[in-house]
Amino acid sequence: MAGTAFGQSNFPDAEDIMNKVDANLTSDSRVFNSKMIVHGTRSSRTIESKSYARGNNDSFTKYLSPSREKGNKMLKLGNRLWIYSRTTDRIIKISGHMLRQSVAGSDLSYEDMMEVREITQIYTAKVVGESILDNRKTWVMDLKAKVKDVAYEHCKVWIDQERFIPLREELYAKSGQLLKKTVFSHVIRIQDRWFPMQVNFKDMLKKGKGTDFVITQIEFNPEIPDYIFSKASLRK
Amino acid sequence: MPVLAIKLAYRNLVGAGLRTWLNVSVLSFAFVVIIFHNGLIDGWNQQARRDTIAWEYGFGHLLNKAYDPYDPFSLQDGHGILQTKMRQRLIPVLIQQGTLYPGGRMVPVLLKGIETDQEILKLPTKLFLKTDADIPALIGKRMARALKLKKGDRVLLRWRDKNATFDAANITIIGIFNNNVPTVDNGQIWIPIEKLWEMTGLSGHATLFIATNDYVHVPIPGWHFKDHDTLLAVLDNMIAMKKVGGSIIYFLLLALALLAIFDTQVLSVFRRQREIGTYIALGMTRLQVVALFSMEGAMNSLLATLVGSLYGIPLLFYFAKIGIGMPATADDMGISIAERIFPVYGAGLILGTIALVVISATIVSFLPAKKIAKMDPADALKGKIQ
Repeated sequence: MAGTAFGQSNFPDAEDIMNKVDANLTSDSRVFNSKMIVHGTRSSRTIESKSYARGNNDSFTKYLSPSREKGNKMLKLGNRLWIYSRTTDRIIKISGHMLRQSVAGSDLSYEDMMEVREITQIYTAKVVGESILDNRKTWVMDLKAKVKDVAYEHCKVWIDQERFIPLREELYAKSGQLLKKTVFSHVIRIQDRWFPMQVNFKDMLKKGKGTDFVITQIEFNPEIPDYIFSKASLRK
Repeated sequence: MPVLAIKLAYRNLVGAGLRTWLNVSVLSFAFVVIIFHNGLIDGWNQQARRDTIAWEYGFGHLLNKAYDPYDPFSLQDGHGILQTKMRQRLIPVLIQQGTLYPGGRMVPVLLKGIETDQEILKLPTKLFLKTDADIPALIGKRMARALKLKKGDRVLLRWRDKNATFDAANITIIGIFNNNVPTVDNGQIWIPIEKLWEMTGLSGHATLFIATNDYVHVPIPGWHFKDHDTLLAVLDNMIAMKKVGGSIIYFLLLALALLAIFDTQVLSVFRRQREIGTYIALGMTRLQVVALFSMEGAMNSLLATLVGSLYGIPLLFYFAKIGIGMPATADDMGISIAERIFPVYGAGLILGTIALVVISATIVSFLPAKKIAKMDPADALKGKIQ
């Protein structure tokens, strides 16, 4: 990867880029099967699930394997989150400090999944350069928080110049310390859009290879019945 | 008559020879063990209370109402500002959560901000005044051992400010304090409160205040005061639990000794019927004979006290002087425990134990002896088995 110095005026408008990225990544609804591979220091664990999502706000996830997780469910409606534990047959609302807990021991916290605000609502984005990443030309974007209640004050995102997909995201502490890195890969064309089928989340302060999130099958804009996004579906 | 009963009882006891000395030795052992065990627990209790007050509680805690020391989730909102005039004779402590990354490991910690010039706790906070480190930190010996940290080490810390925005920086370990109180040590990092205010944006906030010796509490809305009795209740309960647990062993020992006395008494009453008949024929009432036999049993306990004192006093004095070394694992129990515990034997403990042994031995001696009251003196005199 090498940065290239360009005059600010040569760079496209950051908002245009973000809109194009949104067009690729977001949809009215989607259903996907995924694997979350949590790389530990000695071994790795794979958790398979099937998810239904409506816009950016609502989602329902059903865990399929391993047997310890099988039957557990998670429902997110706006900024509210519930998990259903099959073994205890209990529905627990995750709120407050509990949102900061890790999801199934991964490098992801519940809070990471809870942000419902648009990126442009939270950050002021600016294209600050371009570089080559995995043989792809990318725009390097700098995002500075414009609101106070945000987990990461500063982010850097590398956007593929042709496919408008983020290829890398770095999240920084207020002090400038790099905290988390997200790498998007296996970008494929599905239903007239580009989409990354694999994402690696890595806590940069911790040893290890982080957590891989692999989408094995995805369908955009299918019809999803409303009852899926209700608390009743957690016990079904 | 009582003098006669004592004389007779003593003569009969000594006459019984080995049987008496076996009873006496087991009973004296139970007597010494009871005093030793209770002395050890009392010594531990005194040391734990003294150290916990010196290192953690001061003269009481004024806690923010939203803060529950047993609920880490309450740390997020469990803090506030106290007006300056209300803060007289109080030391503020702000507690926040953070994550330490020693050698790439992720360790959740409690960040505790405290005034650098406080003198109420034994924490060596004066060391903060002698350093120019950006974020100076003090940790306890257990924390240092668990994270393999030493003085001068720099380690990355991640925390959140009042808006829940992440921040991270290196902290410098400027001192490792030796202490017996895990609750100020395990998983905790002490830093100057001004620094923690700056790091979190919670300027002037405190989770709790530590009272100094001349603090007089007046109710403050949003805060509640816990005095020594309340704060030490958990410790007291734990120690009381230990006492009960340990008492099982010495109650078994005591039961063994009492059973031996009971057996001896049953045998005596059975074998010495002619003697009982003679006593009655000579004019003793049944009650006096029962008292004589009970006295014999009770005298076992007095002899046991005497014998126990002979070897117990030097032994217990020796342990009180050098203390009992505690295993390293005892430190992980989460309550204050010193490397050596010095047993404390109070007058109440010794007199109470003597009373316990004497009363219980008298009761078990009386039970078989009361059968005498039902004996026919003529038959007893003839030696007829009744």
